[in-house]
Amino acid sequence: MTKIGELARAMREFDDRIIKCMRCGTCQSVCPVFTETHSEADVARGKLFLLSKLSEEMLKDPKLAREKLDRCLLCGSCQAACPSGVNTMAIFLEARALNARYMGLSPIKRLIFRGLLSHPRLFDFLSALSAPFRPVFMRPQKNAARTAKAPLLDILAGERRIPQMPRKTFSAEFGRIDLPPGKSGLKVLFFPGCMGDKVYTNVTKACVKIFKHHGVGVCIPASMACCGIPALASGDRDAFQKMAHLNIEIFKREKYDYIVTACASCTETIKEMWPKYAESDDDKKYAAMAAAKALDISEFIVDVLKVRNGPALKKASERVTYHDSCHLKKSLGVSAQPRVLIRMNAACELVEMPESDKCCGCGGSFTLTHYEISKQIGKRKRDNIVSVSPDVVAAGCPACMMQISNMLALNNDDIKVKHVAEIYADSLVEAVQ
Amino acid sequence: MSLESFAKDLEKIVGPENVLSNESDRHAYSYDSAVLEPKMPAMAVLPKRTEQLSDIIALCSRAGMPITVRGSGTNLSGGTVPDSEESVVIVTQALNNILEINEEDMYAVVEPGVVTAYFANEVAKRGLFYPPDPGSQAVSTLGGNIAENAGGLRGLKYGVTKDYLMGVEFFDASGALIKGGSRTVKCVTGYNLPGLICASEGTLGIISKAILKLIPPPKASRAMMAVFNGIDAAASSVAGIIAAHILPCTLEIMDSVTISLVEECEHIGLPKNAGAILLIELDGHPAQVAEDSETVESVLRKNGASEVAVAKNEQDKDKIWEARRKSLPALARSRPTIVLEDATVPRSKIPAMVSTIGEIAKKYDLLIGTFGHAGDGNLHPSILCDKRNSDEFRRVELAIDELFTRTVEMGGTLSGEHGIGTAKAKWLKMETNAATISFSKKLRRALDPKGLFNPTKITGTAI
Ligand SMILES: Cc1cc2nc3c(=O)[nH]c(=O)nc-3n(C[C@H](O)[C@H](O)[C@H](O)COP(=O)(O)OP(=O)(O)OC[C@H]3O[C@@H](n4cnc5c(N)ncnc54)[C@H](O)[C@@H]3O)c2cc1C
Ligand code: SF4
Ligand code: SF4
Repeated sequence: MTKIGELARAMREFDDRIIKCMRCGTCQSVCPVFTETHSEADVARGKLFLLSKLSEEMLKDPKLAREKLDRCLLCGSCQAACPSGVNTMAIFLEARALNARYMGLSPIKRLIFRGLLSHPRLFDFLSALSAPFRPVFMRPQKNAARTAKAPLLDILAGERRIPQMPRKTFSAEFGRIDLPPGKSGLKVLFFPGCMGDKVYTNVTKACVKIFKHHGVGVCIPASMACCGIPALASGDRDAFQKMAHLNIEIFKREKYDYIVTACASCTETIKEMWPKYAESDDDKKYAAMAAAKALDISEFIVDVLKVRNGPALKKASERVTYHDSCHLKKSLGVSAQPRVLIRMNAACELVEMPESDKCCGCGGSFTLTHYEISKQIGKRKRDNIVSVSPDVVAAGCPACMMQISNMLALNNDDIKVKHVAEIYADSLVEAVQ
Repeated sequence: MSLESFAKDLEKIVGPENVLSNESDRHAYSYDSAVLEPKMPAMAVLPKRTEQLSDIIALCSRAGMPITVRGSGTNLSGGTVPDSEESVVIVTQALNNILEINEEDMYAVVEPGVVTAYFANEVAKRGLFYPPDPGSQAVSTLGGNIAENAGGLRGLKYGVTKDYLMGVEFFDASGALIKGGSRTVKCVTGYNLPGLICASEGTLGIISKAILKLIPPPKASRAMMAVFNGIDAAASSVAGIIAAHILPCTLEIMDSVTISLVEECEHIGLPKNAGAILLIELDGHPAQVAEDSETVESVLRKNGASEVAVAKNEQDKDKIWEARRKSLPALARSRPTIVLEDATVPRSKIPAMVSTIGEIAKKYDLLIGTFGHAGDGNLHPSILCDKRNSDEFRRVELAIDELFTRTVEMGGTLSGEHGIGTAKAKWLKMETNAATISFSKKLRRALDPKGLFNPTKITGTAI
């Protein structure tokens, strides 16, 4: 059988799920890619139709369909809005896996997922090796979003402003962290994720400070792997399973009441993807148990610790607007808690931006592979942010922070980008003073 | 002219990035929301400025290339499924500017690709009101609404799209710009061209601009829900409300199949064994609303409502409307395919219609849930099935045939708001007559001699 034939046969598994799409078009009103391009093949309705044609072997050129399928942030907006309850996220993820299996993964992605992310030590080593050069690689920009232009990476990243990297990764600076529970009697396993370990180390530090303040014990094991979502999103099921397995083995050695992350995508992956797509039954079983304990940091503070009122020490001096990350609001249903956290910092006044839950355009590796569309989507986000003249824009996901920082920096906007955990942690300093 | 050189010429008009001709894109423009066989066009073109429409049409006319103009592709009658593989789909979605909202004279001027809900919201921000609210308003375009004469929940009191169309500009089959109507409330300058283009389903011209009437919003509103043991009591309540000279802005009905599916799927506390539910909203001056709602409540009780709930605040109101909002999703989720019809009968025939639908469901062994606009007789019998099951789908087709025959016998119409397209073209003669179809074809031939605008829609063939 031809490869296309095999692919088509495998795709037929999707039939029952794709047929649920009644082609009402409702997804047009929420899809960030479609909003920019107005191209029907970019919206879930079009993508699902192409998948059905693929399974009917009606496509002479499945590569074109794959390109369309890749023009997607996996933001879940379509699934959240779909009246027919089509599970687009699972369909798109699984279709990508099949595509990768039958049509191969791009060489760059293969190198990243197979090599670096699934061997955490290797990744750390490379990060450490390149750290001293960072100031040379990346010239700091004079902007509030703390980004740096990367002249030597121009070929790869183009004009993109990437965040100023810390000199040391969090794990290189602190190694394993293990603090016993205090007055709360609770212990959490904190999963910083790649971004929290290597880029936004301040966010991880803020979370540790919050745990200490509330007497929560925290363990951050050394050498954790990436959560796996970039690989899964690219259809590299093997690399994903390897990463999930590495992490599960580490988790098994720890005792904890909750798993907490400050990254919406990591939380979603641990909660939804590990139990569903992990390799062995053993892994799946452990993952299901872990999933029940996984929480976003704002959920943990507001729903578990039941922290409500912030210290009212001074009058609000900063206007803060909040961006609802797709994976946090649309997948995990967390949108009230981060706002509670911002309000708990008495120095902050929360101002809502228009379309706060419209995707920022990052979509993980989407921003690397489809930079132009990603930038158009990001520009809309940037315009919405700027329209309420904030001092700070807050988010609950490092990937969104990176995208928003880039968009603000490109437009020379003087607006800081912070994680909600940082904002809450800042208020705790003042409480101590 | 070869397809390649045609595509090159199109690219000269709109730029290469706006001509979509690869296989995947052609598939993406092969369908709309109707349950029909898809058909791929040769290519799709996305103009970025309305003037480009003229050049595109002129080019198509020279090449003898059929044209299907498409807004968001949400129509339920196949109006945007291309007529042949040698045709062009012109997509208006990027022509989406609101050109003017005039608060003093209460009108707005829009391009055809503006999304209905976005427009209504911009109008509301300026303290005015655009009432037509099709269920698809979050995505449908105003051009598509005009070309289908779309209705909505507020039809009974506020009318449908045609009642808000003051003026229109469109390009004819040669690419010439035609103007009809005006910004004034009164206008008898020439033929009623807005009236002609409304509901023309892309067969007479391509709308490039519309002037829409706006009205002051009502100052108050009140929602209520009434539960009945049987459909007859609900229908006589509807008659009673109208007889009391009260025009609710919405008067919606859900039948027992719909009620139980919504409850099974959403658990919002509906009485699962109810025979019918009416959802009513009154609006207007606060004093009038208060008085009318008392009258309506007593009409409902007199006609045997087993339960009447009146919303006391926004939260209650939202809860009441949740049942209606969840109707289509609940029906859609219950089976793989949903065939959503809009056969419409005079108001007094609603009980007869509902029992007819019940009989048809039984006869053809199908699951049919019915909800819709009780106030104007526009029901949405929704056949829940699996189109992959050829035996079942054949029964669906027979059921639809019988449904339309019975509708016309009752003095009703094939389509209250979804249009004819290709889906209902074959029943048109049954409701009208051969001469009407011939007249319509002559009209088309006169305005579009080559038969290029959506040739197989409405009349079967253009010429
Ligand atoms: C879930 C759902 C609910 C719906 N609810 C309602 C409802 O409550 N009431 C109702 O009336 N309809 C309803 N519809 C049907 C549909 O949404 C309407 O007919 C709507 O007006 C179509 O708008 P569109 O932009 O999608 O047009 P399209 O589907 O793209 O086009 C519709 C027709 O208009 C023509 N057309 C489009 N643009 C132009 C133009 N610029 N110039 C000339 N012709 C043009 C097309 O050729 C086609 O024949 C519903 C559909 C769905 C899927
Ligand atoms: S909203 Fe859902 S059912 Fe409607 S077209 Fe999109 S995917 Fe299909
Ligand atoms: S996941 Fe997001 S980007 Fe992808 S099709 Fe759905 S709405 Fe569009």
